[in-house]
Amino acid sequence: MSTKTTPNGYNLDDSGQRVVVDPVTRIEGHMRCEVNLDEENIIRNAVSTGTMWRGLEVILKGRDPRDAWAFTQRICGVCTGTHALTSVRAVEDALKIEIPENANSIRNIMQLTLQVHDHLVHFYHLHALDWVNPVNALKANPKATSELQQKVSPSHPKSSPGYFRDIQNRLKKFIESGQLGPFKNGYWTNPAYLLPPEADLMAVTHYLEALDFQKEIMKIRTILGGKDPHPNWLVGGVPCPINVDGVGSVGALNMVSLNQISSIIDASREFVKNVYIPDILAVGQFYKGWLYGGGISGTSVLAYGDIPDRANDYSPGNLLMPSGAVINGNLKEVHEVDLRNPEEIQEFVPHSWYDYPDGVKGLHPWDGVTEDNFQLGPNTKGTKTNIEQIDENAKYSWIKAPRWRGHAMEVGPLARYVVGYAKGHEEITEQINFVLKTLDVPVTALFSTLGRTAARALEADWAGDKLRYFMDKLIANIKAGDSSTANVDNWDPETWPREAKGVGISEAPRGALGHWIRIKDTRIDNYQCVVPTTWNGSPRDSEGNIGAFEASLMNTKVARAEEPVEILRTLHSFDPCLACSTHVMSEEGRELAKVKVR
Amino acid sequence: MTETFYDVMRRQGITRRSFLKFCSLTASALGLGPAMVPRIAEAMETKPRIPVLWLHGLECTCCSESFIRSAHPLAKDVVLSMISLDYDDTIMAAAGHQAEAIVEETIEKYDGNFILAVEGNPPLDEDGMYCIIGGKPFVDQLKMAAEHCMAIISWGSCASWGCVQAARPNPTRATPVHKVPGLASKPIIKVPGCPPIAEVMTAVVTYILTFEKFPELDRQGRPKMFYSQRIHDKCYRRPHFDAGQFVEAWDDDSARKGYCLYKMGCKGPTTYNACSTVRWNGGLSFPIQAGHGCIGCSEDGFWDKGSFYQHVTDTHQFGVEANADKVGLAAAGIVGATAAAHAAVTAIKNAQKKGDQDQ
Repeated sequence: MSTKTTPNGYNLDDSGQRVVVDPVTRIEGHMRCEVNLDEENIIRNAVSTGTMWRGLEVILKGRDPRDAWAFTQRICGVCTGTHALTSVRAVEDALKIEIPENANSIRNIMQLTLQVHDHLVHFYHLHALDWVNPVNALKANPKATSELQQKVSPSHPKSSPGYFRDIQNRLKKFIESGQLGPFKNGYWTNPAYLLPPEADLMAVTHYLEALDFQKEIMKIRTILGGKDPHPNWLVGGVPCPINVDGVGSVGALNMVSLNQISSIIDASREFVKNVYIPDILAVGQFYKGWLYGGGISGTSVLAYGDIPDRANDYSPGNLLMPSGAVINGNLKEVHEVDLRNPEEIQEFVPHSWYDYPDGVKGLHPWDGVTEDNFQLGPNTKGTKTNIEQIDENAKYSWIKAPRWRGHAMEVGPLARYVVGYAKGHEEITEQINFVLKTLDVPVTALFSTLGRTAARALEADWAGDKLRYFMDKLIANIKAGDSSTANVDNWDPETWPREAKGVGISEAPRGALGHWIRIKDTRIDNYQCVVPTTWNGSPRDSEGNIGAFEASLMNTKVARAEEPVEILRTLHSFDPCLACSTHVMSEEGRELAKVKVR
Repeated sequence: MTETFYDVMRRQGITRRSFLKFCSLTASALGLGPAMVPRIAEAMETKPRIPVLWLHGLECTCCSESFIRSAHPLAKDVVLSMISLDYDDTIMAAAGHQAEAIVEETIEKYDGNFILAVEGNPPLDEDGMYCIIGGKPFVDQLKMAAEHCMAIISWGSCASWGCVQAARPNPTRATPVHKVPGLASKPIIKVPGCPPIAEVMTAVVTYILTFEKFPELDRQGRPKMFYSQRIHDKCYRRPHFDAGQFVEAWDDDSARKGYCLYKMGCKGPTTYNACSTVRWNGGLSFPIQAGHGCIGCSEDGFWDKGSFYQHVTDTHQFGVEANADKVGLAAAGIVGATAAAHAAVTAIKNAQKKGDQDQ
């Protein structure tokens, strides 16, 4: 038992009751969380562990760089495509390939579509059950729900008392059947649920509406990429050709498919504006007294930026999503981030199940080393294959600890919105001010679990608006006579330099994403991904700084120790993606015993 | 007492008429004639919702994401009205030990009567601790559930073949479900694809519920109704292949005209899946239609068969490519040569695959 203060300002005390949550559900992948509660059930120590590991980077070694998008896309099927986009950008950066304007617009449309879809599905299907109690919805008067619906969103057509009564009946029969399915063993009597029954019924109804609607959004990507999840991408542009008026236009991106995309964009924007945003505000009204979970979101946030307005320019001024780093809580200064500077982004492993030749120093991704070393600390309770309690003073996670100039950073929608707000990004500032005013809360309320959840919704709305912008831009460009979608000048590996290195970035739904590639003799020599959940879910580093997940749980009061709804609520607000964060891997077998150190 | 599927639908305010319409849509989704509609209706009227444990190993969750994109039936209706999805850590409300308790409870209550759906696969190295659930190796959870289930559905290429984490050098020894040592001998339905098509996934579930039997499987364990034909066999660009009209470079004139993508590396001729017939996301499109070749994602070991574009670029490495060019030339000039050409390509690919296995 011990108490200590971390360099990033958290007092850790592991003397109280230890609570273990494993698996943390309603996330992508596998993770474990342990906390210590003091006598008043307040979290005084938090430990987050990534519990899976696959190793795509090693699998990529020696492969054709033009194939890398397909491999890295399989890092995650939820934020599907964002790794592929980042990968083709990394290869294009290395090989100095410029893509046509239409390809840029189409890629942006695909990425923005993902933002809308992913945020919507996250809120309703992964996160809502932390705020919404479906059992309580049975007590609602459908007429009251109808009135609430018409009040919070007068434009949403599905709002009659009969509509809500039908849903309530369906829910009632489902629950009364005794087969509770996904609702089984939920914490439905926990006092942490604060919504009145009519709001619960409205939210459960939208859970179902959103489940039906989300599949429509991704049809945009099926038209442009052939299927979803995991559409197709191309180094040098996009694979779908444009042909609006010639022979064979029915087999290409044509007037019919452009119209389909356009309609889906309109419907998606409408759904976000009429359902998602009003629901967030309604939930916010009832939970605005529960402002736990801020963690480092008010002190250390990072964004790389994304959505280039013009093709091939990834400088901050051309990226419509903001980029930069805020440290020490100083929102007056936003630092530029240099992805190529070996002193800025580094990964550390003293508390991760990896070894470095020099265990303490951090490494820039271009020089990344991944050699696994699964070992548990002396204070572990249980055995190697039955861990009852992890020892966080030793190695305790499959996630590495990335740092920006030594700082643990939060990434994601809230980080992007904090950076945007700090930089005076007009649209973001307007959106944030609207929410603060509507909920009548100060700007510090942003730095919370609820702030993270709200920023995600605002970003979905913003992304919908930008979908329209790039759709119009694409049409205007075609109208101006440009149908080009791919640059094949450097498609042939014979045109490549013997050695090259590049970096690609994107803002994945969950936060800043970077791929670093080295190419040698037309093959991948080294490939490293530093992904959003690596930042957010990182374990402690050499200095003892705790990461964003751990920091966000600190000092939260838990209503019932055995029902960790508050822990889930805050962890879910990050939208954790563990398959993303823990893919780094060393190779098996003697002949490949060491990853190259450069 | 547990309700039947029909009871649930009726009590949820769905009329008999809508119910029958649903049955008829199910029949058409399965490619069955109208004569089957009453039989589907009868089956659904007399059965309770079957419990399903949906476990996740090493994976990327693309199978779950695909599943929720199903248009007929809607994912909502599958989960609320057809099956009882008692455990699925991606969407379940419970967490931690309350979640794990459900596995044990289901095993106890429905021993031998639940379906085990597996997304992803277990790594076997490091005593299985590359994938940990509840502090223990995922492979333990998988084996325990398999011991007591009625049958296993291996969702996607991870569970069916190993997929990306099992690509060379397979660093964690990720192992497809049917090859897990000591796994109870149970019927396994493989539904490969990265991911599988949404409507194929829901159709497999609906088929089992409707006909109270498992779909007819091929020698590799895949439902014949979806995996017995090559994408190339039903590809709408097939006439261009037969006519020797090929895309030669991305975004060239032939690409804009929708010619065959064979020379761009398309794996349609060696891939067994329903993409060119059922298509994706409500029948909207499929990879070839959107201008990119098939990468063969439903085939065993598709990651290790050379570059996805190898036809054009890596002719030195794979002798097959020279042959493939000849296929195109021959097809352009010789009527009736295509059948032979296909046989040749298949033979070569098979030989190549055999070579892979020998290694």
